[in-house]
Amino acid sequence: MIQFTAIYVLWLREMIKYVRAKSRIVGAVAMPIFMLVFLGLGFRQVEVPGIPGEIGYIQYLVPGILGMTILFSSAYTGMGVIMDRQYGFLKEVLVTPASRVSIVIGMMAGGATISLIQATMMMVLSVLIGFRLPSLPQIAIAIVIMLLISVIFINIGLTLSSVLKDFHGFNMIINFIVFPLFLLSGALFPVANLPGVIRVFSYIDPLTYGVDALRGIMIGYSEFSLAMDIAILAALGAVTVFMSGYFFQKGEAL
Amino acid sequence: MNAIVVNELTKKFGDLIAVDNVSFSVKEGELFGLLGPNGAGKTTIINMLTTLLVPTSGSALIAGFDIRNDPDNVRSNIGIIFQDPSLDIGLTGRENLEFHAMMYNIGAEERRTRIAEVLSVVHLENKADTLVEYYSGGMKRRLEIARGLIHYPRVLFLDEPTLGLDAQTRRSIWDYIRNLNREYKTTVILTTHYMEEADYLCERIAIIDNGKIIALDTPQRLKDEYKSDSVSLTIEGPSDPLLSGLKGKEWVREIAADNGNVLLKVINGEDNIPHLFQIAHATGVVISSVSLHKPSLEDVFIHLTGASIREEDGSKRAGMREKHRRRMMR
Repeated sequence: MIQFTAIYVLWLREMIKYVRAKSRIVGAVAMPIFMLVFLGLGFRQVEVPGIPGEIGYIQYLVPGILGMTILFSSAYTGMGVIMDRQYGFLKEVLVTPASRVSIVIGMMAGGATISLIQATMMMVLSVLIGFRLPSLPQIAIAIVIMLLISVIFINIGLTLSSVLKDFHGFNMIINFIVFPLFLLSGALFPVANLPGVIRVFSYIDPLTYGVDALRGIMIGYSEFSLAMDIAILAALGAVTVFMSGYFFQKGEAL
Repeated sequence: MNAIVVNELTKKFGDLIAVDNVSFSVKEGELFGLLGPNGAGKTTIINMLTTLLVPTSGSALIAGFDIRNDPDNVRSNIGIIFQDPSLDIGLTGRENLEFHAMMYNIGAEERRTRIAEVLSVVHLENKADTLVEYYSGGMKRRLEIARGLIHYPRVLFLDEPTLGLDAQTRRSIWDYIRNLNREYKTTVILTTHYMEEADYLCERIAIIDNGKIIALDTPQRLKDEYKSDSVSLTIEGPSDPLLSGLKGKEWVREIAADNGNVLLKVINGEDNIPHLFQIAHATGVVISSVSLHKPSLEDVFIHLTGASIREEDGSKRAGMREKHRRRMMR
């Protein structure tokens, strides 16, 4: 059922297009860079309640920005599918013998690779404003966590792209989803500072656990245990894979 | 054996019935045409047969596989050239072909040969490494045709394959399609609203209007059945003796006379013109000129639908219908 050639083709296509689209690379990291530079430098001296003083805001912020980078870039994968649908390329892929499962995996592989490249770029850039990188094994685990986060959001994006077939609808929904997910996740400040009602939403936001896990491994500070975060992320990853696979299979191609 | 068997296929979009209870079959190795105006339902039929759309009711077998229960097997046996663009404009022409061939598990060596082959058919050798974004409309079309041929499918679907192409390219694509059909025994089913395309290429034609098949036969028999040849004569002197002489002949279908001009509808015009002259001679009528007009599929189409095939005007209307359809599918 799983055809590796088909997965490879779709992945390779994403890579080629990514390398060619310079504006996309710049556009995708511009927002996280602004956030990182202005919030990081601006709040550097501020004592944020809930963040232990010895950690410092920049150390606290960087894993959050990495989570944000992954969230934004993963959502773009769904957009890519919508564009392929609009420009007709999707049906070309869909009439080939490639199984639907392979197609979804191929799209996921492409999107996840791009997300990880961008997050890694952000990690390197964050050193410039004073972020202290953890050890290599810790970075390796952080990359696995980022992969999990990206799988979750890519699949949410793919599901939406199977349901909402036009560009504008998708764009609107994504904006309505992406920003709240980002702001609720505790990427910028501890979730505990939010009022109780809103905190409930934070705890159903997958990114909350993603950012928390990244903090746990990268700066040694997290709200939940690392094991719990990773377990939640892995479970959500599995659920969303099946969800997007199901909707993609079920949805008509045109 | 039949390559395609379509059984009471129906597709509804809301209350619009795009395809209405269509049944036909295509023999292995046949070149079969779906002829009809834009918006007649041809593309919807193709989309169902290529598993892109699920029929509302009815069924179809492609190369022996059911489009509903066995879509993966259907897909590995078919190739399709879409009516609307379906290229990745962010890739080069060669990359588009390469990726497509890889999806069909064609090995690297074989890929190189076939890509060179199809590129030369559509005369795109020099543009192969340019991004498709910079291709003209005709070049994109040609690249798409090249892509659909590259994996030598058993059943090839062509949805308006030469729409918007110049006469020269069109002719070379026709020849390639014929060649493919002959050499590789590829079954070809194509939709078109160009009469001459259907006439030139297809062994059998189904004429479709408003989602229904209204006629299905060889181009020759369609022409024979629905319209006889027109013969117009200019004669000297009165035409009455000739007209009475022609009455009752079974090969004369219609007679109309106006002064020295006589217009006849005749079966097998070229065989019967000598008879015509014999009768004229016998009745003492002198024919000063004669012309023969063979019916075209266009005439057949007008006869069947009461309208000529709608091209420019039709595409506007079909475009609206298409939009309506798209909206309803959301």
